[in-house]
Amino acid sequence: MSGESKKAPYRVPIGPNHPALKEPVMFTFEMEGEVVRDVDFAPGQAHRGIEWMGMRRNPVQIVHLTDRICGICGVVHSLSFSLAVEQIAGIEVPERADYIRTIVHEFERIQSHLLWAGVAAHELGFDSLLYLTWRVREEAMDVIENLTGNRVNYGIVQVGGVRRDIVPEQHAIIEKCLATYEGLLDTLLSFFLDDRTIRMRCRDVGVLSRKDAVELCTVGPTARASGVNVDLRQDYPYAAYGDLDVKAVLPDRYLGETHGDVYDRIVVRLLEVGQSCQIIRQCLSEMPAGPITAEEKLVKLLATCKKATGEGIGRVEAPRGECLHYVRMEGKDSPASWKVKASSYSNLMSWIPMLRGSQIADIPIIVASIDPCLSCTDRVAIVQDNRRSILTKDDLHRLSAEKTRRLQG
Amino acid sequence: MTPAEIALLAAWCAALSLFALAGGLLLSGIDRKLAAHMQARIGPPIRQPFIDTVKLLQKENVVPANAIPWLFSAAPVVALVSSVLVLFYIPVASTMPVLGAYGDLVLVMYLLTVPALALVAGGFASGSPYATIGAQREMVTMIAYEFPLAIVVIGVAWRLGAAGISHPFALQSIAANPVWSVTGPLGLAGVFILLVVLAAITPAELSRIPFDTQEAETELAGGLLVEYSGRNLAMFTLAQAAKTLVLAAVIVAVFFPWNLSSFLAMPGLLAQAADLLFFLLKAVLVLFFAVTLVRVAMARFRINELVSFYWVYLSVIGLAGIVLLMADVVAGPLAGVGV
Repeated sequence: MSGESKKAPYRVPIGPNHPALKEPVMFTFEMEGEVVRDVDFAPGQAHRGIEWMGMRRNPVQIVHLTDRICGICGVVHSLSFSLAVEQIAGIEVPERADYIRTIVHEFERIQSHLLWAGVAAHELGFDSLLYLTWRVREEAMDVIENLTGNRVNYGIVQVGGVRRDIVPEQHAIIEKCLATYEGLLDTLLSFFLDDRTIRMRCRDVGVLSRKDAVELCTVGPTARASGVNVDLRQDYPYAAYGDLDVKAVLPDRYLGETHGDVYDRIVVRLLEVGQSCQIIRQCLSEMPAGPITAEEKLVKLLATCKKATGEGIGRVEAPRGECLHYVRMEGKDSPASWKVKASSYSNLMSWIPMLRGSQIADIPIIVASIDPCLSCTDRVAIVQDNRRSILTKDDLHRLSAEKTRRLQG
Repeated sequence: MTPAEIALLAAWCAALSLFALAGGLLLSGIDRKLAAHMQARIGPPIRQPFIDTVKLLQKENVVPANAIPWLFSAAPVVALVSSVLVLFYIPVASTMPVLGAYGDLVLVMYLLTVPALALVAGGFASGSPYATIGAQREMVTMIAYEFPLAIVVIGVAWRLGAAGISHPFALQSIAANPVWSVTGPLGLAGVFILLVVLAAITPAELSRIPFDTQEAETELAGGLLVEYSGRNLAMFTLAQAAKTLVLAAVIVAVFFPWNLSSFLAMPGLLAQAADLLFFLLKAVLVLFFAVTLVRVAMARFRINELVSFYWVYLSVIGLAGIVLLMADVVAGPLAGVGV
C-alpha cells in the first residue's frame, strides 16, 4: 500500500479458468493498485478442430456439425453455412423456409440476450437478477424445443430449407410466449436500468468510443452500443429480413445519448429482445404457405451439392454480431475450404481499450459485456513439442498470402 | 476466585463456544434458505453449513508453496478463537456476559477487528495475487466501517450516560436499560438512525454482498480465502459463523435487549429456554433485514464506492443520529419528557 509498491506494477493472471470467465481465455493484467494499467489476452484455449472435421464431411453432414460450434447459437452457424452452400449450388430456398429460419433465429436471439443479462447480473454480484432472468428465459427455451425438438443444437436448418414446419397449433404457443416477454420487457428494463447499484457499476464503465469501435471492426450489440449503426438484418438482409422492417437498435434512440459503456450494452441487448418479439410476430402473420425445403430427398440434395463448384459466403447477424462462413466447393463430396469467423472474433480486441484504466472490480462485467463466445472463436492453437508459440503479424500475413495462393491454385 | 468459580467460568465459556459455533452455523443455514426462497430457488437444507464444515474438516489441508506457512496456518486459529471470544463479553438471552466484569462494548468493538486482521494476515501470507488484493481490500473496508461503528457505540453509550446510568459502556447496563426507554421522541429518531447505521455495517463485517469486495467470487475467485482448503478453511468458515452470531448478538444486546421472561412469569429453566429461543428469533430477524434482504437486492460495490459509502454517507447519517440524541438531551427537560 506504500508509495513504492504503487509504482511497481504487479501482474494478475485471470484465466484460462476463473469464475469471472464463462469460457476459457487467458488474461494477464498489469495492475497499479486497483487500476488496470495494461492488459494482454491469449485466446486459443478451446480449439476443437471443427473445420478440420468439416472438411472430411459432406455439406449435409456439416450443417449438423455447425450446430455444435456454439452452445447458444444453435441456428446462426448452420444458417450461415447453409446460405454459403446454397449460394454455391444455386439452390433457391422456399419463402416459407426463410420465414421459419427467421422465427427460430429471433427466438435464439431472445434466449441468448436473456442468458447474457443473467450472466451480467451475476458478474456484478446481483444473483437475484440472474435467477430471475434465467427463469424467464426458460419460456423461450420451451418454445424453441416445441418448434425444433431441441433446447440446444436445434438441428432445424438444412441446406435448402428447414427440417420442420410451424403448424397452426404452434402459433398460439409462440404468441403466448411473445406476450409474456412483451409484458415483462418494461419490468426487466426497469430492473436493470433503474437499479442504482447497476447504474453505479455500469455507467461509464468499459467505455468503447465510436472511433475505436469502427477501427477495431466490432460487430453486433458491442458496436451498436458505441453508436455504430450496423446490423446485417438492416444492411444486408438475408432469410426473410428483406420483407421485414428491421432497424438497428441504438442506445441514443432510447436514452437520447450514447456513452458506449457497459450500461449501453445492457440497453441494446434488452431492447433487442423486444425487437425480436416484433419480428417474430410480423413473420407469423406474413408467413406464406408452401414447401419448407427446396429438396426433400437428401440423396438428391447431396448430388446437387457434389456437383457444385465455386465459393460462397454466408453472413448472419448472430446475437453477438456478424457471423461469417466462407465455403469453397470443388465438385467433391466435402468442401475444399471452410472458414468460420464467429462474431466474438471481431469483438475480442475491443477488450483492450475497454479494460485499460478500469478497476479490478470492473474486469468481470467488462469482459462479459461483449458476450464473448470463445469456443466459437478459437480456430487456431499452435502447439509444437508441447510448447505453445505465438504468431506475429508478419507470420500471419505470410501464412494468409500462402493460403490465398493455394486457393487460387 | 476460588477453583470452583474458575471451573464454573470455564464450563460456561465452553458451553458458549459451542453455542457460538452451532448457533452461527444455524444462522448461516437460515440465511441461505431465506435468500434462496427470495430468489425463487429451493436452496440447501438448513443444516447444510454443518454438513459442509464436517466435510471440510475431513479434506486435505493444502499450504501453497510460496505461502508463509506459520502465518498461513495461524491466521484461521486466531480468527476462530477471537470470533468466539467476543461472545464471552456479550449478553446472550437472559444470560449476562460471563466475562462482563472484564470488558465492555469498546473491547467488543476492538475484538471484532481481530478476525478481520487475521484474515488480512492469512491473505497476505497466501502468496497469491488474488488473496493479496483481497487482503488490501479487507483492510480498506475495515478502516471504512470502523468510524461509523464508533459513532454508533459512542452515541448509544453517551445517551445512556446522559440519562444518568452508571457504566454506560458496560454491556450489562446497556442490556438492562434499553436505550429506547431513556429517550424522548427526538432521541428515538436518533437511536433508530444509529440502528440503521449498525445494520448497514453488518454486511461489511461479515463480507456479504454488497460489501464483499474482499472475497468477490467473480472478481477474485474468493479473494482472501482463495488458497485456503480443508481444516484451515473450515476454521475460517466457523469463525465466520461465530461472527455472524456475535454481530447479531451485539445488535440485539444494544437495541433489542428485551427478554420474554421479564414479561411472562415462567419457572427458571423454562424461562431460560424461552429466552434463548426468543434471542435466536431476534437474531434471525436482525440478520434477515441487515444481511439477507440486502444481499439479494443489490449488486456488489466497488471498493472506492464502499469507502465513500461508509466514510461520507453513513458517517454523516450517524452524526445526524448523535445530533438528534444531543438535541433530545437538551430538549427533553424543556418538553418534560425523556430524562
